[in-house]
Amino acid sequence: MHYELKIMKPIISLSPHVHGGDSVQKNMYGVCIALVPALIASLYFFGLGSAIVLATSVAACVFFEWAITRFILGRERLTICDGSAVLTGLLLGFNLPSNLPIWIIIIGALVAIGIGKLTFGGLGCNPFNPALVGRVFLLISFPVQMTSWPLSGQMGYVDAETGATPLALMKQAIKEGDASYLDQLPSAFDMLIGQTGGSLGEVSALCLLIGCCYMLWKKIITWHIPVSILCTVFVLAGLFHLIDPSYANPVQVILSGGLMLGACFMATDYVTSPMTGKGQLIYGCAIGVLTILIRDFGSYPEGMSFAILIMNGFTPLINTYVKPKRFGEVKK
Amino acid sequence: MNVILIAVIVLGSIGLVAALILFLAAKKFAVHEDERIGQVAEVLPQANCGGCGFPGCSGFAGACVKAADKGSLDGLLCPVGGQPVMEKVADILGMKAEASAPKVAVVRCNGTCESRPRIAEFDGAQSCRVQNMLGSGETACAFGCLGCGDCVAACQFDAIHMNPETGLPEVDEEKCTACGACSKACPRGVIEIRLKGLKNRRVVVLCNNKDKGAQTRKACSVGCIACQKCVKVCKFEAITVDANLAYIDAEKCKLCRKCEEECPQNAIHAFNFPPRKPKVENVEPAKEQEA
Amino acid sequence: MKTFHIGGVHPAENKLSAAEPIRVAGLPKQAVFSMFQHIGAPAVPVVKKGDEVKVGTLLGEAGKGLSVPVFSSVSGKVSKVDAVLDSSGTRRMAVVVDVEGDEWEERIDRSDKLVTMKDLGGITAEEVVNRIKAAGIVGMGGATFPTGVKLMPPPGTKAEAIIVNAVECEPYLTADHRLMLEKPEQILVGIQLIKHAVNCPKAYIGIEMNKPDAIKLLTNLLKEKAAQYPGIEVVPLKVKYPQGGEKQLIDAVIGRQVPAPPALPINVGAIVQNVGTVYAIYEAVTKNKPLIERIITVTGKSVKQPSNFLARIGTSMQQLIDEAGGLPEDTGKIIGGGPMMGRALMSLEVPVTKGSSGLLLMTEKESRRGEVSPCIRCAKCVSACPMGLEPYLLASYTRLKDWDGCEKNDVTSCIECGSCAFTCPSNRPLLDNIRVAKQTVMGIIKARHMESIAKK
Repeated sequence: MHYELKIMKPIISLSPHVHGGDSVQKNMYGVCIALVPALIASLYFFGLGSAIVLATSVAACVFFEWAITRFILGRERLTICDGSAVLTGLLLGFNLPSNLPIWIIIIGALVAIGIGKLTFGGLGCNPFNPALVGRVFLLISFPVQMTSWPLSGQMGYVDAETGATPLALMKQAIKEGDASYLDQLPSAFDMLIGQTGGSLGEVSALCLLIGCCYMLWKKIITWHIPVSILCTVFVLAGLFHLIDPSYANPVQVILSGGLMLGACFMATDYVTSPMTGKGQLIYGCAIGVLTILIRDFGSYPEGMSFAILIMNGFTPLINTYVKPKRFGEVKK
Repeated sequence: MNVILIAVIVLGSIGLVAALILFLAAKKFAVHEDERIGQVAEVLPQANCGGCGFPGCSGFAGACVKAADKGSLDGLLCPVGGQPVMEKVADILGMKAEASAPKVAVVRCNGTCESRPRIAEFDGAQSCRVQNMLGSGETACAFGCLGCGDCVAACQFDAIHMNPETGLPEVDEEKCTACGACSKACPRGVIEIRLKGLKNRRVVVLCNNKDKGAQTRKACSVGCIACQKCVKVCKFEAITVDANLAYIDAEKCKLCRKCEEECPQNAIHAFNFPPRKPKVENVEPAKEQEA
Repeated sequence: MKTFHIGGVHPAENKLSAAEPIRVAGLPKQAVFSMFQHIGAPAVPVVKKGDEVKVGTLLGEAGKGLSVPVFSSVSGKVSKVDAVLDSSGTRRMAVVVDVEGDEWEERIDRSDKLVTMKDLGGITAEEVVNRIKAAGIVGMGGATFPTGVKLMPPPGTKAEAIIVNAVECEPYLTADHRLMLEKPEQILVGIQLIKHAVNCPKAYIGIEMNKPDAIKLLTNLLKEKAAQYPGIEVVPLKVKYPQGGEKQLIDAVIGRQVPAPPALPINVGAIVQNVGTVYAIYEAVTKNKPLIERIITVTGKSVKQPSNFLARIGTSMQQLIDEAGGLPEDTGKIIGGGPMMGRALMSLEVPVTKGSSGLLLMTEKESRRGEVSPCIRCAKCVSACPMGLEPYLLASYTRLKDWDGCEKNDVTSCIECGSCAFTCPSNRPLLDNIRVAKQTVMGIIKARHMESIAKK
């Protein structure tokens, strides 16, 4: 039996000849799946408003990704299938209040995809988290609309009743040095479940934690960033609380605002976080410190998105100076 | 009024302090550089192609100044600017430039898709150097062009391009500056920087295969099989066969084109000659030179 | 469970031929003996066309410096001494023998009887090493480093642990696994010989947990005959690639990390030998048999009969495939070795060499690499790299031709295990690029070295 190999052209390539089967899509849609519990929670608490905001945000992000790559950059290859635009849209939507006018959301999506991502060359090249770029742009441009959060349980879209969020109460307590404001805070359990005011994806810390565990289980992210952020915030907030009780107690600090969403989903963004475990710990701790500083001493009630963006800027520096431990390296 | 005054004073003093720091830093960290290096660098083409063998034009300028201090500019040539630039450099340094003949890059492989059958399919990073790690690569010829275009990527002057029909790179002689970047980039040394020749006319063996004749013939229909016929026909002893491969010495070659006719494999090619008239044999070398 | 401490991946094991007993492959009609079957200088042919050779006849003597001799594995007539296409894809010097009959050199003991240390009497350490060198033995896991040289620790170093590499972390391959199941005592005697040769009291056999039968067999054997085989211990290891890498194995078994080159395993007191090599050492010392045959796994998802062959060196791959049920029609890639580190072959005419641990036929569908997309900086390559390098960074430095940056980021430490490219979600050819950088940087370092010597 002799087979003519001349007919068959074998494929040649350098090793390895097998691949683990991981793909960009799997990772991006994996994060989207991890966001599903929080998505359900936001639909439950904010109803129609949540659905409209999220749908607009995702659709606008995907549309701008397609339109800009196709008509402005003139690329043939479709990049909307890789799931990164969907993810940006979801995360952007999660950072918005449920009664935000549609046109503002569209502007946010344009800034997130157009300026935050594609100006730098698209997926993998953006120095800052696109969803946060969009969110911060909106926060600065439309402060009134962006900071009047409807209370949870308001199913409508337009005329929802707004109220003070836990973060605003905490801020007031610090400003006036009066701990009695903190008595108005919802209980830690309510904050864990989501019975509170705030942006769409922020309210239910529990659902976000479930999503985070899913990502850890699927090995989409490593533990370094979320754990380091949450620990730093907990320790710092605890210290402040011990020194002066007009600072809120650390459990409530961790469960309030965008901290959980930021720590689990925004700071862990592949492109804009450091590459090594050590670097990720440094990055996470710095985000934690900055968040607390901005929350307690800055003029905005929430500091998570600013802290993450600032540390995004430092990521290349961390990558340059924090190297993984080489095999056999002797400590000097 | 007071506010304005304070603002002016504060900003002014900040400016002063900053200026002072800058001044001191400039003094302290000043790097002394030979003025001539800057002057030489100015007349260089500033393509930073590295063709001269130095890191960029300023590196070459530094080397020129050093060499001039030692008394000779021998061996230093900016392949891009060529003779005119070297004369200018020599002027600045008060030296004489050696004359050198213009050169051009020549791809010594004619293994097109038809003449050199593919025996395997390469799948991996599109780089000749990667493919070269896989033995003979896509074809059975372990010496010929790999066709992934490392030379194209290396060229700073847009002078070399892949021809999709033949799968081989082609040199644009107008643009080529003979900087040698493509030659260095080629993992198989297929590209030679060769004398441009009289009226740009050249006779070249378009093959780099050092295998024995029988093996070469199997791999490629236009490969040099080292049959020595060209050596015998050449009156000027310009052709040598070394390691199963014929080579025409451009300095000895009188462009008679006899070898081109003789080669049974059509491995010898003549560039930029007028089309042969049928039946008229052998353009006489003497005439060629006069013209 | 012990394992190495940095990085690592877990490819699908696919040990299709694990239950197949070793079969003796048929004699080839023509055998090709490359003079380049090992790392170092090629062997120098000592026969010429027309010479009669027997099984065990010297064909090429060791070259200068680091080298080993090559022996004939068949009897017959030398038909040519010429450059022949080998598994590297290039033509290199080889001796081709036309096979006639099967006549062996008389000095070789062909019996199956187990020879123990007792039977060898007071054999000296030097004699053991000399016999190993004379038999042309090289590392049979694939690296093909001359074994005799490894067993002569440079002055100032001392072997504190012999580590037998029975990890076989490459997917598909089962040659070492079968060898352990079928020749356990011979391997133990071989380990004793190595211990004797380098005067080292302790030996470990590192086996991954996916071979429970081999672990059980050897552990029981060592328990039963504790007095006969002292100082040998079986170490079960967690299944993780590339545990069979020399440095990773030392880290896994004795917890010591070999520093960056030029440090050698012996600098941390370890000598690693593949289990196939240990068996070859046993045969060379006790039976006077040079390295003329080896066990090779022929496998693949669409191969009819994935098998483990005891094949004569020089047999063509084509013959082995025919014996394993023929070349499947959908074959896209032919790999000499395992899928993670093996070489893609261009032809089946290639002969079995001392380092051929397997022949893997991949279907066309499996063979093609996925579409490359941009790096998303997920850092999976960084956490997969067993050497603690940053593959993404090295690959992008290569693209920018920043060889200096590559050198500073330790590209020369790369062991080319392929974990980075295996794990990359964007299908980027990371290792292809890193190899280019490694080659270039090695060249630069060498040139610098030569320059500094010239200056002196």
